[in-house]
Amino acid sequence: MAVNTDYIGRTYPASEPYEVSRVKIAEFATAIGDGNPLYRERAAAQAAGYPDVIAPPTFPIVITMAASSAAIGDPGLGINYAMVVHGEQSFTYSRPLHAGDVVTAQSTISNIRAVGSLTMVTTETRIQTVDGEHVCTGYGTLVERGAE
Amino acid sequence: MTATVKYADVTVGAELPPVSYPATRLSLVKYCGASGDFNFIHWNERIARSVGLPNVIAHGMFTMAQAGRYVTDWAGDAGVLVEFGVRFSAPVVVPDDDTGATIEVSGTIEEKLDDNRVAVALTARSRDAKVLTRARAVVRLP
Repeated sequence: MAVNTDYIGRTYPASEPYEVSRVKIAEFATAIGDGNPLYRERAAAQAAGYPDVIAPPTFPIVITMAASSAAIGDPGLGINYAMVVHGEQSFTYSRPLHAGDVVTAQSTISNIRAVGSLTMVTTETRIQTVDGEHVCTGYGTLVERGAE
Repeated sequence: MTATVKYADVTVGAELPPVSYPATRLSLVKYCGASGDFNFIHWNERIARSVGLPNVIAHGMFTMAQAGRYVTDWAGDAGVLVEFGVRFSAPVVVPDDDTGATIEVSGTIEEKLDDNRVAVALTARSRDAKVLTRARAVVRLP
């Protein structure tokens, strides 16, 4: 396989701090067609027990994608990005992201495996606040088609 | 949290009513902008076809977002997810017309776990294809 399995376990530097904003949450919620007031109205979110509007469950991909691309784009890994599709995605959450969170994301290549002509690369990206509180972890598997 | 579904009221095996969500070209353009994922296959039919796709396809994460919305709307609180995972098994093909594609999501209560957690098995279909497999959300309910 063209992809370098020596990269399993490699961890990349944490991203610069990312500030979660109400505007970005609302834009994302609109893009997915979700009218939930917890994504737009601070009063509704506070009434539900949150400090501010919260982000939809898949919003963390905005933050993890930037960090995991540092791993996936590592020239030494040898991925042909033009041949890549998203195979699997999962998240574990300690709590929802909310407006005002300032977080960093740090990616580790957790697995590389070949299945026939496919190469599957899994990254694990941990999102935590700049104070070190874990918010969520994203696990993404990208599939490179037809390497070789 | 203010989830409207209570742990005690959830029964393993219960089926949740299916909901259909639209995916139009406009949805995908918006999602490109909001997510930062501007891969050509999500908005450029010429390039999508040139790499062997039948047409422009939705972002996998757009489809996952609809499954997430299904769960949070059912639970009545968008902050209840503990785990959420999917496998992207087929693309959602989005034609260039006024209707676009439809993603139909349904769910079944799979398991009641400790600590008031409930696992929901999800399915998502578009046309005749299962677009998500191994889709599962774990929520914590009051």
